[in-house]
Amino acid sequence: MKILSKSYIFIIFALLYAPIVLLIVFSFNEAGSLNEFTGFSGVWYKELFNDEEAFNALKNSLILAVSSSLIATVIGTFGALGLHHMRKKYIKGAVNSVTNIPMMNPDIVTGVSMMLLFVAVAGFLHTQSFLGFWTMLVAHVTFNLPYVLLSVMPRFNQLDRSLSEAALDLGCTPSQAFFKVELPQIVPGIVSGLMLGFTMSLDDFVISHFVSSPDFQTLPLYVYNQTAHNVKFSMYALCALIVAIILAVLLIVNFAGSPKKKGAAKR
Amino acid sequence: MKGRSVFQRMAAAPHIVWAVMFIVAPMLFVIYFAFTDEKGVFSWSNFASLAQYSNVFILSIAFALIATVICLLIGYPLAYFMSKAKPKTQKVLLVLLMLPMWCNLLIRTYALMALLDNGGLLNSLLESLGLGKLHIVGTNFGVILGMVYDFLPYMVLPIFTTMTKLDRRYIEASADLGCNSFQTMTKVVFPLTVSGIISGITMVFVPSISTFYISQKLGAGKIDLVGDTIERLFQNPSTYNVGAAISLIMMILIIVSVGIMNRFSDNDGGIIV
Repeated sequence: MKILSKSYIFIIFALLYAPIVLLIVFSFNEAGSLNEFTGFSGVWYKELFNDEEAFNALKNSLILAVSSSLIATVIGTFGALGLHHMRKKYIKGAVNSVTNIPMMNPDIVTGVSMMLLFVAVAGFLHTQSFLGFWTMLVAHVTFNLPYVLLSVMPRFNQLDRSLSEAALDLGCTPSQAFFKVELPQIVPGIVSGLMLGFTMSLDDFVISHFVSSPDFQTLPLYVYNQTAHNVKFSMYALCALIVAIILAVLLIVNFAGSPKKKGAAKR
Repeated sequence: MKGRSVFQRMAAAPHIVWAVMFIVAPMLFVIYFAFTDEKGVFSWSNFASLAQYSNVFILSIAFALIATVICLLIGYPLAYFMSKAKPKTQKVLLVLLMLPMWCNLLIRTYALMALLDNGGLLNSLLESLGLGKLHIVGTNFGVILGMVYDFLPYMVLPIFTTMTKLDRRYIEASADLGCNSFQTMTKVVFPLTVSGIISGITMVFVPSISTFYISQKLGAGKIDLVGDTIERLFQNPSTYNVGAAISLIMMILIIVSVGIMNRFSDNDGGIIV
């Protein structure tokens, strides 16, 4: 039984990793072919590093991920604060469910719905289509919001009310009570919301696909366009690099801080 | 308790305004576009023209269902065996499971295509062994395989999480009370992990039914799913309305099926991404 379960785990993981390992190995293939490995070479990495478009896409992805996750975190944190103090349960529930719509909906529906909004507004204003950085920013903030709320809201619910009441009794204004007493306690939730938003934004392809324009390309959009027709072999190098970076981050998050507190890495 | 301050009252305002402008309004525009023609006049014509897409819908639902069932059949034992491993091994396995989830879907799909393609490694290997070529890319099987490959970790993770939370004493108790291991499995473990199964099914079914990249790559453009249809219709402004109608139908379909599934689990499953 032991052997059976071990070999089952091994086989499934081997199948799961076969294509990824193949991709990494063949990114070093001199010949630029998938059929045979002719020799070890870094030529595709060299080509990738000379590819200005790829670097631009990486830069755009980072700008978008940082700004959208920051904006979503600020809006979502204050949103959670407001919802926490809200008395009308049905409004609270309604806001919560509406915020969760982008998380529940398939990405393609969220993408086309945002696109229709932008198209309709552009038509209404009689301007040209304004798809680009700003529309992508709006879309990314929108799909990050539920994740921020999901990580921050439980922290508010765990807060001890008597602490902020004590602060108010001792002469704090409500906003001071929030910034000095409540905020430090919900920081872990804010940080995980921010990280979650950041990775969601970096990873998103489908929603971006519908609200983007060719002049602002993120890394996933770049990969999509490059893999649409004939593939440059430097794409293998790019994918291999991304996998290596993710592996490094995962290993650091999971094993470097292991003596302290686990669970932080699980999302 | 003191009354709420202006600060507390207004804190959620930006959030609510944002949600109305960019979540509610886009949904309303989907409905608006679905029920109007190109000139913005109310019409049923988009829904009337949906009949020609019925095959696409049936195919997509069938593919997504098959992929979900295969993921469950492969994933449930995997999660079970993983939960029985030593804590240290579990941690390593969890990282190994999460790495593909964190890799972009495009990369995973593309890597799989590179392996299975007619000129890919698998086929050149088979040919050199004299076994002839295996045509996977461009077939129904290829697309379903792509879905299973891409979304299997999303099935395993929630089931694994509920299994690790499962109280071992229940299993011991059932053994003490005379269940054999099969009965323990069907009468104790399975019912207690239903919530994980439900969220796993949701997390595989929803992206499977709406995908277009997988069918583009592993279907080699020969297989048309709902996702492909929507994507294509939204490339041309004159077909936005039909596209909106299809999106609306798909959204309703998913809300209904997720709603039905959630009725089977007593708690709300918890979304674990």
